[in-house]
Parts: sequence; C-alpha cells; structure tokens
Amino acid sequence: MSRNGLLIDYHYCTGCLSCDFACNQEFGFPLGQSGMKVAQHGPWLIGEDKWEYLFVPAVTELCTLCSKRVKSGKLPTCVQHCQAAVITYGPLEELAKRMVGKTKHVLFSR
Amino acid sequence: MEYEDAFEEELPWIYEKKPWRWEEDGLTVTRGSSFTGPGCHNGCGVLLYTDKDNKLVKVEGDPLNNYNEGRLCIRCLALKDVVNHPDRLHYPLKRAGARGENKWERISWDEAVETIAAKFNKIKAEHGAEAVVFAQGTGRDIAPYIMRLAFSFGSPNYVCYGLAGNACMIPRLSVQMATLACITMPDYSQYFPDRYDDEEYSVPECVVIWGTNPLASNSDGNFGHWTVDAMKRGSRLVVIDPRLTWLAAKADLWLQVRPGTDAALALGMINIIIQENLFDREFVELWSYGFDALAERAAEYPVEKVSAITWVPQEKIVQAARLYAQSKPAMIHWGLAVDMTKESVPITHGINALMTITGNLDVPGGNVITELPCGVAGYYGWGFDLINREQFEKRIGMGKYPMIRYGIPLASPDEMVEAILTDKPYPIRAMWIQANNPIACMGADPKRTYESLSKLEFVVVVDLFHTPTTVAFADIVLPAAAFPERNGIRAVFYYAQSMNQVTQIGETKGDAEICRLVGKALNPDAWPFESEEEIWDSLAQGSGLTFKELQEHGQMIHPNIYRKYAEGRLRMEDDQPGFNTPTGRVEMYSTRMEEFGLDPLPYYEEPPTGPVSTPELMGEYPLILTTGGREQAFFHSEHRQVASLRATHPLPEVQIHPETAKGHGIEAGDWVWIENPLGRCRQKASVTNVVPPWLVHADHGWWFPEEEAAEPHLFGVFTSNVNQLIPYNCGRSGFGNSYKSAVCRVYKVKEGEM
Repeated sequence: MSRNGLLIDYHYCTGCLSCDFACNQEFGFPLGQSGMKVAQHGPWLIGEDKWEYLFVPAVTELCTLCSKRVKSGKLPTCVQHCQAAVITYGPLEELAKRMVGKTKHVLFSR
Repeated sequence: MEYEDAFEEELPWIYEKKPWRWEEDGLTVTRGSSFTGPGCHNGCGVLLYTDKDNKLVKVEGDPLNNYNEGRLCIRCLALKDVVNHPDRLHYPLKRAGARGENKWERISWDEAVETIAAKFNKIKAEHGAEAVVFAQGTGRDIAPYIMRLAFSFGSPNYVCYGLAGNACMIPRLSVQMATLACITMPDYSQYFPDRYDDEEYSVPECVVIWGTNPLASNSDGNFGHWTVDAMKRGSRLVVIDPRLTWLAAKADLWLQVRPGTDAALALGMINIIIQENLFDREFVELWSYGFDALAERAAEYPVEKVSAITWVPQEKIVQAARLYAQSKPAMIHWGLAVDMTKESVPITHGINALMTITGNLDVPGGNVITELPCGVAGYYGWGFDLINREQFEKRIGMGKYPMIRYGIPLASPDEMVEAILTDKPYPIRAMWIQANNPIACMGADPKRTYESLSKLEFVVVVDLFHTPTTVAFADIVLPAAAFPERNGIRAVFYYAQSMNQVTQIGETKGDAEICRLVGKALNPDAWPFESEEEIWDSLAQGSGLTFKELQEHGQMIHPNIYRKYAEGRLRMEDDQPGFNTPTGRVEMYSTRMEEFGLDPLPYYEEPPTGPVSTPELMGEYPLILTTGGREQAFFHSEHRQVASLRATHPLPEVQIHPETAKGHGIEAGDWVWIENPLGRCRQKASVTNVVPPWLVHADHGWWFPEEEAAEPHLFGVFTSNVNQLIPYNCGRSGFGNSYKSAVCRVYKVKEGEM
C-alpha cells in the first residue's frame, strides 16, 4: 500500500501559523507542541531589490497525517486550515511527481 | 495562470449534505458565520463543535463557505480559549468601591437595566438627552444596535470614542460616498461560489497593496490571504508600505513610502498615467467628471517632486504607475494607513481617481462596487429615523467639521473629548461604552482620554472581559457574549449567513440583545421587538427570509453584477445609468466637497510633524514613528489573555533598524523608551531590517491582563501605550489623524526604571 505525505509549496507560506494551531487543537497537545511547526528565515537582502523572506513548515513526530479525519472524508486539519493553501495531502509517489520541475517545494513523509 | 490549490483535490466532503447542525463522534457541529467579538472584521464560515454539556471544544473553518473556503486564522482556531477563559465576565456588575478600586458586586440583569435607565433618564431630564454619549470602538457587531439605542433615546452623540479623526475606514467610506456615492472593495472573486474558476471572473493582472498588510490585518471585511490566491494565479504585486511586509518582499515593486505622503504618490502616479496617455479614455469620457481639472492638479506633481516628498525613487514611481495602468484588470487593495494621516481625505480622493482614470471600477478583478448584501440591512445604520432634527443638530463636532455635518451620523471624537473637559457647547454627563477600550487601544492621547472619562458622573461598559476601561471608569459593567454565545446575522459585503448560538457562558448576552433590553426600558415604542430574534427578522426582511429560514439556508451569496453604473443599478431615484452623484458621474472634481468648503480635488499636505513640517524637532527626535501594524494573534487590544496566542508575540515590540539600534546602543530584546514632546512609553526592541534606518514601528493596543487591575496600575495600560505620543489632531474635513507619521527618539530603559 502506498504511503501518504504532505507536499508544501513554501514559496507561498506566509508564516500565519494556522497549521500549527489547527494541529494543536485537533489533538489537544500541550501549549507550543504541534505536528507542524513553522520556521522563519530572513528577511535578507540578497540582491538589488531582491529579498529572501521565508517561512518553512516542518512536520514533527506528532503528525499522524490526521488518519482519523482522512478516513471520515476530511482533509488533514493543517491542509484545510492553511490560509495560503500551500499544503497538499496524497500518496508520496504522486506528490513526488508533482514536485518535479517546481521550485521551493518540500515533501514530508510520515 | 493555472494554480493547483490544495483544496481542489477531489475528496468526498462529508460536509456537503449536512444541515446547519449535525452530530459527529459524540459532538454537535454547528455551521454558521462569525463576527467579532472576539475577532476581526471578516466573516469567515465556521464549524463550531460542542460537547454534551454545550461547551465549545473545537472550531474549524467551513469548507463549504466560499468566503474562507475552510481556511481559518489562529484567532478563530483559538476561539474556544477566549470563550471559555476563566477571566470572562459572567454577570452584570455594579461598582462596590471607589472608581478604580476594582471592587464589584454581582447584580441581576433586571437591576442593571433599571439602574441604567433611571440614571440616563435623570440626566436627560436635567441636561437633555445629548448629555448621554453612546460610544463604540471599531466596528464589532454593534454599530446598528448602539446607533438605534442612542437615537431612540434622543441623543445625537453616537461616537467612536477615542479614535481621533475617526481615522479608520470612515475617511475612505465618506470620500467614496461623496465622489462615487457607493463603496468599492477589491474583487478577489468573492461573489462567485466557484471563486477564481468562474468564467465571468478575471484574475487581476496587477494588485496594488496600498497601506495594508492584509495577511495579518484581514481588514475591511476581506480575507487577507485572497492576495496570496491572486499571486499564485499570476497577479503582479505592487506594495506601498514603509515596512517590508512578507508581501513587500515578494512584490514585483515595493515602494517604501515615507508615512503620510501617499496623496503626493497618488497624484504623481495620476500625472504619469495622463502624461503617458495610459488612461482609459472611454471610461473617463462616459462616466467621470472633472478629468481636465484633475490633470491640471496632477501636473503640479511631477515625478521629481513626488520622489522628493515620498522618498520613493523616481523610477519606481514611474514603473508602478505604468504597471497599474497597463494591467487589465488591475486592482487597488487599500488599507488603514490611507486613513491615518491628518489630511487623509485627499489621499482617498487621489486613489479613487486612479481607479477611475484606469477604468477599473466595477469590472471583474478590479474594484467592485458593493451593495446591501442579499438585502440584509444593519451594518449601514439602523434607527436614524428615530431622532428628530432639533436633537440631531446638537451632534458634537457638527458645527466645526463639514464631513461630520454632511457625512455619516457620528459625532466627532476629538470635539467630544473637548466638550467633556470644558462643558462646551453643553455638559456631557454619562457614557455608554460598548465594545470599546479607548485608553488601551486606538484612543489618541490616552491620558487626556482618561481625564475626560474620569469626569463623567455615570459610565456603563459592555465587554467580554474586564479591561483598563471597565476598571477605571465603569459604574456598571455588562457581560457581552462572544459570537458562539448568541444568534445573529453576518452580512459582510459579499454574503449573508446566520451566526448561531452554541454555548452559554454565565449570564452573558449578545450586544444587540443588551441594546434591546436597555432600549426597551428607555423608549419601548422604538424597540417593539419582543426577542432578539425579532431584531434579526427585521434586519433580514430585505432577503425575503426570516432569521430561522436564513439559519436553514446557510450561506447566501449576494448576486453581484458588474458595471452597475451602466445597468442603472446605482441611481435609486431615476434608475438611469450613471452614478448617484450630483453630476451622475464619478466626481474626480467633487462638487460635494466643494459645497462642504473643501478642496474639490486631491492635494498633498505634509503630516503635522516630520522633517518638512517641524525640522526644528528632528535634532532631538530624529526618527519617524509609525504605529498600529497588526499581528496575527491579536485583534486590536483583544486576545492578550489567551496563552497560545500570546506565546506568538508575548510583549509589545518596537521595530528598530540594526544601524539605528547600534547607534543607540540598543540590542534585540532590550526595553526601550519611545519618546516625543507629548509623552513616552516603553516596548521591547525588535532589531530588524523590516524598517528603514529612519523609521521605527511600535505595536498598539497593549495592556497586561496578568498585572494589577486596580488604580493606578490599571493592567499596565500606560506602560507601553504608544498613543501617548499621538495627539488628537484631525484634518479639516473632521476625518484623519496622524497615527502613522509622528516623530520620536528611542533610548534604553535604565535599571530601576521598570
């Protein structure tokens, strides 16, 4: 059986933390813990009028890919609540194919 | 450009066939809309999960609501922690000690209402109804009810107390009403159930973000991340902001404008667009008025001059003007900063002229003209017919400010402070404060605001929590319901939907219900509603549905049509094509403003303090101070009690450029004083290149619910309140105040000063 994962288009991640909070709420984790945490990099001036200002989510050990939600027909809570709509859930092989030719994407397996 | 959004994945939505309320895994799920408090000006579709004891245990976005499409920000994801917070006000309270002692006695709703009615009526008999002021803060779901309460009592003094120059959206609304006779909003496809994919919709080729950070502020009723949706679909971005927001970093063009100079920028762009013949000649000729006069005025703003005023390089101004004018369609998404200059009216006027000359008004992907959403009244005023002309003429500020006189029926907050302190033109004795925390939040010169409120003989405050305002002034405190504790209707510009009560906290009541109870005691004829639901039925009438039917119906999207001016949808009296202005056209030369004694054309005036207006101050106060940028975690002064939200931004921060910080011996995390001749406050230094070396940005709305409530500390309300550096000083129209263009110096807090 193929395993599922999360593909993130982090070029458009705005660091809004909805993934972190939605996951924390879904599982009732202690304050500050979550299946997804977002790191900030920059802003750095990296060329004339060119800035790097990045937010990159990472999947932690607490992530279950919301197996119970998915079974009932819902999306993982981070995927649904992501305000920038940058998280895609699906089989790893398919997500890996979708990544090809794209920049600033990251694929997480669980 | 095609963009595959995550939610477009085909998943069997289990929500699809559900009614508005259903059972799921031992919990009850209720679908509805949302509207602060707590929260913001959005109206996101939410699913509220309650347990068998009707306790709110989880909140999710509603994937079926086209407004947010299942998405939700952290404030609603943490909503249960606000609703169930142990510090919530549960019962009506009356003051048991002296004002400021924070001693209270629980009373019944009946006693509270009787006490308030008796006191208000006594003051009315002695001084006239105008001696009682009805004050709201920002537009929580409150405006229609508090306005009806004020006017049915006979007081013309309905006011956003503390908000100097009414400097938040009201300038934009008023200028649009004067020049277009309607309100526009950026068109991110929110009128279409299938959003961006709808054939009638066009994704804007260019989005101009002007004076807003929508990702955090979600201002004006627009879901902030719609801008990201547009970027993904190929919109090019121009960001006009003195700070490097995330959007500015990703923009095709970032114009790092000097705060308060936006009118010069708008005029400069108009000039370039006209000079280079990039304007929409057909639209201008058919639908606008005053083009030649505008062109002549704009010619006074050549790009060299505009660059010198705004500190934006010439080539960027030219590029921005060209990109906006040559993109079809193009949208301007403006925000609060446009209102937060003393002379804010000409900024809005100028930006409106940009939308007009480029033909982007009411076209798909441009700036769409809004209507009453699905016929649901309310947000636009309710009860105006209940006050007689003689009383209305007594409205504070009416004599001094033309746009207060002829514009919206609000009193002037600036003049109200003065009136309370001086008893002129007549004494003010009491205030009803609902959804407003003026000394902690947007109130300018908070110590003067404090002094004014202390002078009143009777004050009622309605809120979710005790605040510095309840403790310092209230004689009676009434506990307001958060939106999951009440029914209601959210009629954001684009849709209407019910808000549904799912839980009860103590004896809290909704803001409308509180107004109904007090209104009925003061003037029963004006409040014939036997229940809160009758209010909703009354407001929903235009939709053809009762409240219960609307509840069953779910989200009702307004059937928008574009180019309403061509369809005869804007002129109510004759149904002719055109705009509902005196000339029937969009008035870039405003006949109404001329009538008000104001300049009929956009113009630029320097902010009252700064390197040009007050060079003598710049030696001692060399930095430009801008305030009020939003954080995801907070809506104004709300949410400081909620641990998860507070953890994302634990303390008030002032952003200082690394060079400036180094020059002052300031390191990241140091407490620093921010000071100017008016006052000072202290915040933690965030050393960051988000601001240029000549600018600092300070948080607003800070108080510390975890600290001592009683006087003199008042939850530390004067510790970090940056408005201590901002005076009441509004523009000649009566609108606008320079919250975002003061001057200051910063220096380290010494040991022992904390």
